[in-house]
Amino acid sequence: MSLLHVAILLPFFAALLIPLVYKWTKKIHTGWLVLPIPVLLFIYFCSFIPKTMHQSTTATMPWIPSFGINFTVVVDGLSLLFALLITGIGSLVVFYSIYYLGKKTERLNNFYAFLMIFMSAMLGVVLSDNLIVLYLFWEMTSISSFLLIGYWYHRERSRYGARKSMMITVFGGLMMLGGFILLHIMTDSFSVREIIASGPAIAGNPLFVPAMIFILLGAFTKSAQVPFHVWLPDAMEAPTPVSAYLHSATMVKAGIYIVARFTPLFAVSEVWFWTVSIVGIVTLLWGSINATKKNDLKAILAYSTISQLGLIMSLLGVGALSLHFGNEEFYAAAIVAAVFHLFNHATFKGSLFMMVGIVDHETGTRDIRRLGGLMRIMPITATIAFIGTFAMAGLPPFNGFLSKEMFFESMTDIVHMNLWNADTWGVLLPVIAWIASVFTFVYSMIIFFKTFTGKNKPYLLPKKPHEAPLGLLLPPCILAFLVVLIGIFPNLIAAPILEPAVKAIVPTLGAADSDFSIHISLWHGITPALLMTIGVVIVGTLLYKTNRYWKPWITTRVPKKLRIGRAYDASMFYLEQGSYRTTMWIMTGWLRTYLNYMLTAFIILIIGTMFITDAFNFNFSAMTPVTAVDFVLAAVILVTLIGTVFSKSRITSIILLGAMGYTVSIFFIISRAPDLALTQLVIETISVVLYLLVFYHLPQFSNIEEKPKWFSVKTILSIGVGVTVTLIALSAFDTTFYDSISQYYLDNAYKEAGGKNVVNVILVDFRGFDTLFETAVLAIASIGIYAMIKLRLTKRREKDENQ
Amino acid sequence: MELLMSILIGLMFAAAVYLILSKSLLRIIIGTAILSHGVNLLVLTMGGLKRGEAPILGLKVTTAYNDPIPQALILTAIVIGFGVTAFFLVLAYRAYQELDSESVSKTRGHEADDE
Repeated sequence: MSLLHVAILLPFFAALLIPLVYKWTKKIHTGWLVLPIPVLLFIYFCSFIPKTMHQSTTATMPWIPSFGINFTVVVDGLSLLFALLITGIGSLVVFYSIYYLGKKTERLNNFYAFLMIFMSAMLGVVLSDNLIVLYLFWEMTSISSFLLIGYWYHRERSRYGARKSMMITVFGGLMMLGGFILLHIMTDSFSVREIIASGPAIAGNPLFVPAMIFILLGAFTKSAQVPFHVWLPDAMEAPTPVSAYLHSATMVKAGIYIVARFTPLFAVSEVWFWTVSIVGIVTLLWGSINATKKNDLKAILAYSTISQLGLIMSLLGVGALSLHFGNEEFYAAAIVAAVFHLFNHATFKGSLFMMVGIVDHETGTRDIRRLGGLMRIMPITATIAFIGTFAMAGLPPFNGFLSKEMFFESMTDIVHMNLWNADTWGVLLPVIAWIASVFTFVYSMIIFFKTFTGKNKPYLLPKKPHEAPLGLLLPPCILAFLVVLIGIFPNLIAAPILEPAVKAIVPTLGAADSDFSIHISLWHGITPALLMTIGVVIVGTLLYKTNRYWKPWITTRVPKKLRIGRAYDASMFYLEQGSYRTTMWIMTGWLRTYLNYMLTAFIILIIGTMFITDAFNFNFSAMTPVTAVDFVLAAVILVTLIGTVFSKSRITSIILLGAMGYTVSIFFIISRAPDLALTQLVIETISVVLYLLVFYHLPQFSNIEEKPKWFSVKTILSIGVGVTVTLIALSAFDTTFYDSISQYYLDNAYKEAGGKNVVNVILVDFRGFDTLFETAVLAIASIGIYAMIKLRLTKRREKDENQ
Repeated sequence: MELLMSILIGLMFAAAVYLILSKSLLRIIIGTAILSHGVNLLVLTMGGLKRGEAPILGLKVTTAYNDPIPQALILTAIVIGFGVTAFFLVLAYRAYQELDSESVSKTRGHEADDE
């Protein structure tokens, strides 16, 4: 167990201690005690930066070595980028939550315990090299996210959101597990690095594409890609620090991480390129359009997150081309853009969520229809919002501008592709990207201008607004500062953080002879991308100004049929209804129904098997001749059978049953089975007596019997069973493969056991155990009968109550 | 003989199933009794009928005996069948005492009320 393992599991162990600490330290806000953990981890992971620029660090701890499952941790550029985001933004979020959540009003022990579990899980996801361990941490993020969304569990909407996110992400997680197992089947390894190293060997495997699709399903559900994005807007019921941390900066990027991590393996496939690019670009467009029609600030941010995640995803898809072409840095630009935007998005989206949290905290509402003119009251918050929204819209000099430019460049490059018809259909990609950017611009402007400019409407606000305390402002300020800093000096993070990350995704660039380096410049000449950005600003401004004309149209008319959330609700409803109805239809509660199922299965299975294996084997030659007595006895049994089935009175039935029993004992006599005949006679007599005893207490065969019908389920089934049994009997008879072992008993009954009655010798000597337990059965039956008659709990209870 | 027996056993099974699928508890128990008769006869038939003398040594001068194993099995089965039948009968009697009905519809619990 190395220090890295300790680092990953530290928040988890902290989560175990938090409830205790919470009880002992009532005076201090628990957040203060939690804060050192992410800060420490952040510093620890920062110490990896110099090392990771050249090589990756590995540490292994055996867990289930016999299955090849070990807790292996690898720190390479990509993992480190995520680890820094998780711990860095984690620290800020913990700090922010100290001021956001009241000490007396909230159950802080739960909150911080869940948050720490989440942090541990997220670190585990990005640092694990073993697929099973990765999956374990993956599900832990789902579960802790579920707990955090449902933090205010007394609210119906929170519970709904938590359940929805759980359903969708766990569905994806299970699919991903399937993909992992397929990978294991193909490569016989659970290690990500080993699997990627064996990539070319498995590319032609028939399981390759299914494994890819399953893993992509997991990634798409977690990263809220269309059509699995529906859980993210509902996850906004979580406390704002949670939304800022989980649902903008870290957890939703776990899917991005998976796609990036597996790019070296799957990028050779055309399916990967098309799926990732198309899903990404559709998500980008869908999220940005939907964001413009929302009135709740958090909902706008949720859809904006969806849209930005789609942007990163599409860049990863396009970047997959670089692996396909080998060492062409041209397309690696898309990967650079993806990683850069991933980082940028975490910074500005985190700050925006915190900003919305402040607005909510200070005014009591997040509805943009009630907000307005807050610039003068909350100048610092407004500045943060300004920086965040303009970075999101992709305007200079913020970091969003740079990554958006790189995005446009990568998308326009696609047009020059002549692979997989990308030159014909690929032209759609930059067009959609541009339209989506226009909408991104529009909703960014809505967030800022509708909240902070215009007329102040204090009568609409639940609280009297004023500037937030310093503690709430500090974390978003730091993030906003980063946004500006990286916007102006982008190369600060280029060499230490972005380059190793890109090299981790595109291994050919990481080769020793490669002189790959990233240089991002704020001004890079008049390129098509810059012209596109100018176009975005112009069209976006026009659209924003005319917002009030087209917004009602887009909210009411267009998307009604396209609302995927409704499809989710409907499918859940019909699933529940369907399973309820199916259960009610199959499980009627009538024993008869179940008997019908069993007998039908019996008939179909046996007759079916006989037909399939051609088991009909009728050989009448070995049969013993029929005598007149046999015929008479058979006729008697037949008569008693008919009588029992059709008789209207019970006494007739019972007497006929007795007659049948005696006839059976005569059968035993003519079959040379004297012991059987004796036993049968005695037992039949006792049975008839018992029947008559019960008969005395039961009513006549009452009106409950329906008249016998020839074409009823009952009739068909009974005839079916009869025919089946006859067929089995006829087929089984004379299928003698081996001689009977009876000769041994006949030879040795007297010699070994000293008895001449072979049947009795078998019962008490050769096979005495059967007899022992048959005696036990009788004993149990008699005790049971005694207990049934004697024990009257209900009566005694009534008696007790009466007294 | 075996052909005749097979058909007869098939008829017994059919009658037993028919009775087991009825609504009256007593009829169901009669059905199970017929079923066990059928099974016993089936075991006997499959062991081979009338191949020799009764398996009691020394009664007659012969070496051809009927197969003793199926007889031992059937003897066990008869006793167990009897124990179960007796238990069922008392159970039916008790059910009738408690529920005032011998119809299986009453055994469905509370939901049977709206049927």
